[in-house]
Amino acid sequence: MVRFILKRLLQVIPVFIGTTLLVYYMVFALPGDPIAALFGDRQPPQAVIDTLRSQYHLDQPFWVQYGLFLQNLFTFNLGNDFTGQPIAGSLARVFPVTAMLAVEALAIQAIFGVAFGVFAGLRRGGWFDSTVLVVSLVVIAVPTFVLGFVFQLVFGVQLGWAKPTVGANADWGSLLLPAVVLGLVSFAYVLRLTRASVSENMNADYVRTATAKGLSRPRVVIAHILRNSLIPVVTYLGANLGGLMGGAIVTEGIFNVPGVGNKLYQAVLRSEGPTIVSIVSVLVLVFVVANLLVDLLYAWLDPRIRYDQ
Amino acid sequence: MRFTRTSKALGMVAIAALALTGCGAGGGSNDGASQSAGDPNKVITAYSNEPQNPLLPANTNEVYGGRVVELLFEGLRSYDANGKPVNSLAESIESPDAQNWTIKVKQGQKFTNGEAITAKTFVDSWNFAANSKNLQNNGFFFESIEGYADVSAVTTATAADGKKTTTPAPTAETMSGLTAKDDSTLTVKLAQPEADWSLRLGYSAFFPLPSAALADPKTFGENPVGNGPYKFEKTGAWVHDQSISLVKNADYSGPRESKNGGVTFKFYTDPGPAYTDLQGNNLDVTDVLPSNALKTYVTDFQDRNSTKAVATNSTLNIPGYNPNFQGEAGKLRRQALSYAINREEIAKVVFNGTRTPAKAFAPPVIDGFKEGLKGSEVLKFDAAKAKDLWAQADKIQPYDKSKPLQIASNTDGGNKEWIDAVANGFKNNLGIQAEIQPFAKFAEVLNLRKSQSLPGLSRAGWQGDYPSLYNFLGPVWATGASSNYEKYSNPQFDKLLQEGLAAKTTDEANAKFNQAQEVLFEDLPGLPLWDQARPIVWSENVVKAETGWNGGILYYNITAK
Amino acid sequence: MTSNNSHFVAPIDETPLLATDTVKTDQAPLSLWSDAWRKLRRRPLFIISALLILALAVVALFPGLFSAVAPNDGCVLANSEGGSTDGHPFGFTFQGCDIYSRVVHGTQASLSVGILSVLCVLVIGVTVGALAGYYGGWVDAVLARLGDVFFALPLILGALVITQLPFFRENKSVWSVVFVIALLAWPQMARITRGAVIEVRNADFVTAARSLGVSKFGALVRHVLPNALAPIIVLATLELGVFIVAEATLSFLGIGLPQSIMSWGNDIAGAQASIRTRPEIMLYPAAALSITVLSFIMLGDAVRDALDPKSRQR
Repeated sequence: MVRFILKRLLQVIPVFIGTTLLVYYMVFALPGDPIAALFGDRQPPQAVIDTLRSQYHLDQPFWVQYGLFLQNLFTFNLGNDFTGQPIAGSLARVFPVTAMLAVEALAIQAIFGVAFGVFAGLRRGGWFDSTVLVVSLVVIAVPTFVLGFVFQLVFGVQLGWAKPTVGANADWGSLLLPAVVLGLVSFAYVLRLTRASVSENMNADYVRTATAKGLSRPRVVIAHILRNSLIPVVTYLGANLGGLMGGAIVTEGIFNVPGVGNKLYQAVLRSEGPTIVSIVSVLVLVFVVANLLVDLLYAWLDPRIRYDQ
Repeated sequence: MRFTRTSKALGMVAIAALALTGCGAGGGSNDGASQSAGDPNKVITAYSNEPQNPLLPANTNEVYGGRVVELLFEGLRSYDANGKPVNSLAESIESPDAQNWTIKVKQGQKFTNGEAITAKTFVDSWNFAANSKNLQNNGFFFESIEGYADVSAVTTATAADGKKTTTPAPTAETMSGLTAKDDSTLTVKLAQPEADWSLRLGYSAFFPLPSAALADPKTFGENPVGNGPYKFEKTGAWVHDQSISLVKNADYSGPRESKNGGVTFKFYTDPGPAYTDLQGNNLDVTDVLPSNALKTYVTDFQDRNSTKAVATNSTLNIPGYNPNFQGEAGKLRRQALSYAINREEIAKVVFNGTRTPAKAFAPPVIDGFKEGLKGSEVLKFDAAKAKDLWAQADKIQPYDKSKPLQIASNTDGGNKEWIDAVANGFKNNLGIQAEIQPFAKFAEVLNLRKSQSLPGLSRAGWQGDYPSLYNFLGPVWATGASSNYEKYSNPQFDKLLQEGLAAKTTDEANAKFNQAQEVLFEDLPGLPLWDQARPIVWSENVVKAETGWNGGILYYNITAK
Repeated sequence: MTSNNSHFVAPIDETPLLATDTVKTDQAPLSLWSDAWRKLRRRPLFIISALLILALAVVALFPGLFSAVAPNDGCVLANSEGGSTDGHPFGFTFQGCDIYSRVVHGTQASLSVGILSVLCVLVIGVTVGALAGYYGGWVDAVLARLGDVFFALPLILGALVITQLPFFRENKSVWSVVFVIALLAWPQMARITRGAVIEVRNADFVTAARSLGVSKFGALVRHVLPNALAPIIVLATLELGVFIVAEATLSFLGIGLPQSIMSWGNDIAGAQASIRTRPEIMLYPAAALSITVLSFIMLGDAVRDALDPKSRQR
């Protein structure tokens, strides 16, 4: 087991190089001069632009730029973004906020998605099943920017239950509303995945055996049906944690959350290679660890699954 | 907020969802709004975004840094709400010939760190700003002063692959035209007479800087020290990507004394959430409304909104390199396009009256503005005339309709709606295909404009730096000017501008500038679209807010309840 | 084949041995699917969803039959956000275009984006995920990490870069959007498939089939995958809707479909201009989208039921 984990962690290295190389190249390939773009309609003297370009090594070929980035990374100095702010500082500001948001959203979608999915799966075609089908259709068909806007208006302004936006000093309470919005779309996925697995497993032999043994219904549902139905759900949640940590651009925008998504979006719009790649580097670590956890959970959920073959 | 049945239904879904998730949302406070009227010590919150540069007046050329700098510093002059310059640190500004200026500086003025402000402070600050090796974005504002060419000199090296690199190479450290005779007398000699030169002295580039700024501009810009109505709340009051907190400067005595305890600028990357925050009294004032709120803000904020004309206009630029718009046929087509835009209707429907149809190349709020200039009749909507002119042009040279006529714009600034409307107007009135050419990034449009490779038209907006007709013409349409990306050039126009600059009185100057506009109407290198009014809204926590001549909110004039 | 279950030792409803039985018959690979088809065509859920999808397909192929109004012409600002009138049952958009005809004409592009993207994602994702999960070891390591690389790409960055490639810049079409979505969405599908395959690959019926001489790859295709379909189908049907909405986001950012191609996504994005004044303008394209997703969810449910021996209704 320990060998398996170590092997997986070592795989971070190729993924890291592949991703940063790809992302850095994509930023490099973006059209437009990022320095000139900083100034909008009012262009500064050419000397200012040229000096900044050489300061950020934008006048260098791709391999030199990428090499400098790697060199910076290994000396634990991520450098400055185009407005002169240290990138490490902004990462330290945005990641905790987004992590809180992601955890909250993940908890919401996992708890409610699984619970509703089990009920819907046990009574397929019943009124509860039909109701949650409609709910999941609504959250799929209504884009996040509308859903977020409506939530903000209803709960933030009309009912006054929460602050309409998050802004500075984000905490668990103020992030709840965006977390609900963020969790809703994935909630539909979790719900339907759970429902499908449960309805598939409820007629399985071991369930009949368990029932025949005289186990109580809740025990059969939780210990046998649910546990065996969780693999696709866990896979999805693991992947989704990665996605959530990458920041939800639309939701963070609507609720003015100073998180990864907002930062990433601004950085992409400004073609700020170093910032984008630094964020992505952290994300790669998150993905690999999340995937590893998912794989370990597989073995726990279903003892037949073995990795040390 | 108009609440129709459907949106209520959506709201019900939302309530149901939250009820199901069973969460009691927390923290609904709005910063403990106090009920007492007119509290001069309360801090107000205002919409803003992350400034792009360290907060140095001569380096800040974008709005979000600009609004902070303007509160932190005070110049020789400042502009009142109507754009009229009033003397502030200057006791008097005089010139017998519009070329040699004598400025008397008030004595006893100090920066908040105790450093005295004298005539020499201005000499040092301006020399710093103009010096090309200091890389100040607003350095070119000093170009009229004698000796500017020496301190701003650059060298351009061409690499083997043909790439040009410009590096600063000043040949002098000080501008020869700038001297401090004594602590209170500043003399400025311009390279040539300029009647409206003193108008610009209220612009932030001309603000004085303490010596710490000149020594280490970058560090200073993180925690600037000024002489304006406000100062930083504390070291580190600028929390990046989140907010900047300013408090009242008790030592300030000038025309812009603060009526509140301070201003906290909260950063938003999008105006939509700020608008919602205002509806929830979670923010006190904003000057940027989401485009979809233009029809509702008057009802959403009854008695808490104001809309005032400002010195900002929009044009649709027609690149001269586009073969469809060259020669005699091109001229007719440019006129036809102009006639085919129903400015009146778009201003009403899309902008709900927050824009007014353009009457000239400069907005009416600028001193010297004149309506009914020769050629300005093309700004009136006339579908029949448009069709007729287009047909005439087709007889001279057929229109290449292999590609639709595209109007390039970034899509993130609420421009899509009006561009769609203009494109539909072209379609319906000229019978050509027209559509928006959307770009996710402003940089891409700019790049294509600069490299002269935009296939169609592009939109452009201009906000005045200082209230002068010249500021709307020179930087945009003069040959080789900094924002003349389409490289329009007409010697007659340039000559009239120069004559206007050299005129002895502002009236004479404005007459020349208006003549220059008639040249533009003849050529139509761009189509004036509309002039902006700036709608602002405020929360229940403040008494009232108003905008200045350039649309900026007069933060110092806001009183908290 | 004459009767329903003539070649089975016991009634199918009683035993989950379909898979092991199948390999004994002569028409082994066929019978699973033909058996499914026979069950499918009797289920009302399937019939309803198939009819709905057929109707959508007809609208997509022949929009002119349903709306005489040319949707992209005659948008007059004077009609902006107008209510329903004669010949314009849903009223007008912000730009004064007829909503009904836009919804009808948008079907084609939206369905194409949704279906084509899902198909691409299915082909890439299921192949990669199945191979990774089934073979494990270094195959898994390489394929799963490859997925991680693409998963780490920020959507807008990928979309911005891809739409800037000369080929796509010159030919902005449904395909450029499909390409962007497929490229960034397949890792999710691959992971779900991989997880489901890992769960099934050690099942008794797989071991049984292998010991009966079925090749390793044959067992994957014939036994493992059919039993791993449930989460794949769920994901695919939901993603159909999500992708159609994703096109709205891309269009809104200026990197989706060009204005001249009508789509529900474009309309939903455009309706944002009216969200404070007439939010119902957005409901029409959103409702069309919901009906589409609903049909495919129902279809997916029915297909999965028919294919999966374990979840057959009593």
